[in-house]
Amino acid sequence: MKKSIIEVKHLKKSFGNHEVLKDINFSVKPGDVTSIIGASGSGKSTLLRCINLLETPTSGEILYNNEDVLLSKNIPSYRAKVGMVFQNFNLFENMNVLQNCMIGLTKVLKLDKEKAKKESLFFLEKVGMLPYVNAKPRQLSGGQKQRVAIARALAMRPDVLLFDEPTSALDPQMVGEVLSVIKSLAKEGFTMIIVTHEMAFARDVSNQVVFMSDGVILEKGTPEEIFVSPRNEKTRIFLDRFMNY
Amino acid sequence: MSLPQSFIGRIIFIIEKYGMSMLKGAGTTLVIALIGTIAGCIIGFIVGTIQATPINKKDSILKRILLRFVKIVLDIYVEVFRGTPMMVQAMFIFYGSAVLFNIHMDMWTAACFIVSINTGAYMAETVRGGILSIPDGQTEGAMAIGMNHFQTMLYVVLPQALKNIMPQIGNNLIINIKDTCVLSVIGVVELFFVTKTVSGAYYTVFEANTITMAMYLFMTVVLSKLLRIIEKKLNGPENYSLSTTDTLAYTSGLLKYPSKEEQHEKEYNRS
Repeated sequence: MKKSIIEVKHLKKSFGNHEVLKDINFSVKPGDVTSIIGASGSGKSTLLRCINLLETPTSGEILYNNEDVLLSKNIPSYRAKVGMVFQNFNLFENMNVLQNCMIGLTKVLKLDKEKAKKESLFFLEKVGMLPYVNAKPRQLSGGQKQRVAIARALAMRPDVLLFDEPTSALDPQMVGEVLSVIKSLAKEGFTMIIVTHEMAFARDVSNQVVFMSDGVILEKGTPEEIFVSPRNEKTRIFLDRFMNY
Repeated sequence: MSLPQSFIGRIIFIIEKYGMSMLKGAGTTLVIALIGTIAGCIIGFIVGTIQATPINKKDSILKRILLRFVKIVLDIYVEVFRGTPMMVQAMFIFYGSAVLFNIHMDMWTAACFIVSINTGAYMAETVRGGILSIPDGQTEGAMAIGMNHFQTMLYVVLPQALKNIMPQIGNNLIINIKDTCVLSVIGVVELFFVTKTVSGAYYTVFEANTITMAMYLFMTVVLSKLLRIIEKKLNGPENYSLSTTDTLAYTSGLLKYPSKEEQHEKEYNRS
């Protein structure tokens, strides 16, 4: 059996009195594509942000290669190995597409400019954004921005990629272009954790699906187990609503 | 040479006789204002950035105490220099440093120093506001690729904040051009000082000040136009060129199809 690359143990997170995550446990092995589904407000995004330490968990453990990152002194170097793609893209508005991809390579990984440029162009081509290297983020459509954001995360050559509702801010046409990029990454064997509302996509792309409700994981399993024969009543109701929509 | 009777004649007379020294005074004004604004901006950026640094509960106690202490000191600096007139500050610092510390500043040093720290106090708050105006997503994006707080500030937040506060920097420059006139109290020979001398020589207060008004106005208008151009430059180019074809967004209508040469070039670059 392969070792887990990320393992979440008894994770809890509260904002004041409001407990958003209650005792979350799950693990991800190298090459896994894990989809986290569930209603809005069920804690999916918070869980993902906790994994990247953008939120500080209230208690519990997050093991990265068997080391608890919550005890780690060097959080930036951990974040460099765990890429994140946001719902609102969060491209750097003061830089063009190429600079957006290069900055992490030159300043965090300390690559020289030539190498960083080569790497960035390679990944921009992968997401089909090579023509736009000179464009500023505000000149791009949502789908294009998200593809650049994916290239920026990929260029860091992370061990794990986290996607926080990568298509929720996009119109249906753009959703397609972003999802096809993510699908091709899955085929190449990237380890990914994806929070999404695109059920058909989650079923296609992942080998582990996690269903969350009210801050707990109600059910997890293969896409067949969750989508075809869900054991939990809440999962069934949620999926019915989505599929018949 | 006697004083002409007409108003226009007297103005020409003053320009002929004192034009050079008035220009020199205007030059002094301009140099002090520019140095003061640039140095003030640097002070403002440093102070504002420190003020906008959140105190993190996870940091060590020593770091938290140090940061809090520095913040209090900077707060006092900002309040004192925003809360007192520059004219009084000029007297206080120029004569105070001589009496208390036996430091005899020359006029230029004193003038630039006073304008700088005064501007810095105002700019600190402006920069803090500029930093707060940048959406959290920018910081999160930077953190997510592994940047530390300092890198995030330097490469992502501050450049955007600078763009947002450019109008306010322009404001400060213009205020400084006008307000350097208070430095005449410590004997700096800038435009207002020259004007006072000139108007005293022939009792031509109205005429001399008419010329001075025009000179101040000319300086501020030219500089504010110049700042607009810089502001535009900071926005970057309006357009961009596609280097090749976007293979995924054929429907978006933005792209131009590459010519054969360009496609050939792409193949060449790949190999």
